[in-house]
Amino acid sequence: MTFSADTRFHRQLFLFNGLLPAVLILIDGWRGKLGANPVEFVTRATGVLTLVFLILTLLVTPLRKIYGWNWLLKQRRLLGLYAFFYGFAHLLTYLAYDRDWQMQTVVGDVYKRPFIAIGMFSFLLMVPLAVTSTNAMIKKLGGPRWAQLHRLTYYITIGGVLHYWIIVKSDVTYPFFFAVILVVLLGYRVFMSIKKARGSAPRAS
Amino acid sequence: MKDRSHIPSSEVTPEETFLNRRFFMKSAIWAGSTLATAGLYRTFSPRPEVKNTGAAIATVAEPSVQTVLAPDEKVNSFTDIAGYNNYYEFSTDKSEVAAKAKDFVTDPWTVQVGGLVQKPRTFDLADLLKFESVERTYRFRCVEGWSMVIPWVGFPLSKLLNQVEPLSAATHVAFETYYDIKQMPDSRYAGIDLPYVEGLRLDEAMHPLTLLATGLYGKTLPNQNGAPVRLVVPWKYGFKSIKSVVKITLMDREPPTTWSLANPGEYGFYSNVNPKVDHPRWSQAHERRIGEMGSRPTLMFNGYAEQVAHLYKGMDLSADF
Repeated sequence: MTFSADTRFHRQLFLFNGLLPAVLILIDGWRGKLGANPVEFVTRATGVLTLVFLILTLLVTPLRKIYGWNWLLKQRRLLGLYAFFYGFAHLLTYLAYDRDWQMQTVVGDVYKRPFIAIGMFSFLLMVPLAVTSTNAMIKKLGGPRWAQLHRLTYYITIGGVLHYWIIVKSDVTYPFFFAVILVVLLGYRVFMSIKKARGSAPRAS
Repeated sequence: MKDRSHIPSSEVTPEETFLNRRFFMKSAIWAGSTLATAGLYRTFSPRPEVKNTGAAIATVAEPSVQTVLAPDEKVNSFTDIAGYNNYYEFSTDKSEVAAKAKDFVTDPWTVQVGGLVQKPRTFDLADLLKFESVERTYRFRCVEGWSMVIPWVGFPLSKLLNQVEPLSAATHVAFETYYDIKQMPDSRYAGIDLPYVEGLRLDEAMHPLTLLATGLYGKTLPNQNGAPVRLVVPWKYGFKSIKSVVKITLMDREPPTTWSLANPGEYGFYSNVNPKVDHPRWSQAHERRIGEMGSRPTLMFNGYAEQVAHLYKGMDLSADF
């Protein structure tokens, strides 16, 4: 069996490496090694990991088209679910430590702080995607409709990068880094769709 | 024509070798990816191990100054104080500053004091250490919403200002931080204009709580905390307490200040700690005390209202934030 056919191996590899940061955060937390402000670190780390996994899901299509790495497609669901997992952890840290579980204050906070609104909205958009990630749901929705729904990932990732950019005080290096990658990944799709539209357009001879 | 479908048995990889190679490849991928993921995590995770290597500073007791903490407030550890710093010239990552500022040269050092004064003067390090030092344990509240309790060593700024004799026209004091891109290469990413500048009204500068700190925990300041000399204004947000001061200038108008230049809608000249005036992007009603998990209510003027509220009588603190 070649590497690209060994789906089980890919699954294990992606599952393990995706979970590893969460495990390391827990171990560091247990040992009291999360620095002076553990809440701030966990909040930022889970947020950045959400963006990382969103970007990774958006990388799958270009890598398949350019390098023919079609085996990646089978792991995309896992990458998306990890984005949801870290996004959920990010939301929980916010609710627990920023809001002290005072749920009635969340609405006011969303209203008052645009970056919270953008983050919350992006997370809520991830929920239907996670729910419809099962094979049964794909079948139920039908491929094209499912694919259309999951294009929400573009807006979720844009929202995520914006959310990060707004909260930074002055050094936008990291948000900028994510923004550049996102522009390239979305630009690739725009480019491909223009190419496709030109290619398939009926030509008068 | 040669039969291509027939591969001579001599060229077939023996099953054992094939499996061994696969096993080796898989192990390598496992190890490589694990190292890469864990390594990436380590690069971004905080790991400040800081030691207090400063020289001891002798202090005198001063029972007259009221800087009492509440019974449930504890002084923060040296590791917290010296391992979690906002010093954008070195890094915008608070747990990276200690390592990045390790080789910062703070001796020789001079502080140029001038402007609207009778006797302009340049103080060197020895001059500064000649001022009688006291220990002051103050709350330190960052505008970002976290706080600490820090045992500073230093002397009231008023003592230094009295030596240069401010002219009657002087109303404000401007401060400037040392800046050298060679020593501070990461300052490129700071996103703020440098050198860092700050300012106080003269009455704020002369207030007995306002310190020029030369140390903490009984020893000279670690580089990351603003060595060799920094301002400490305990009732204002931390960014007012400018680090590594090289210039103090008396003026007859409000001096420009770095954060209000960078973002005038979010950071004002006064920047007094005020739980009722929120930062546009977050609430200032509560704070996270470093070393504690829950949050504490933020106190008006950081708990120093009794000593400083009179300075702002009649002012609208939500307009002059």
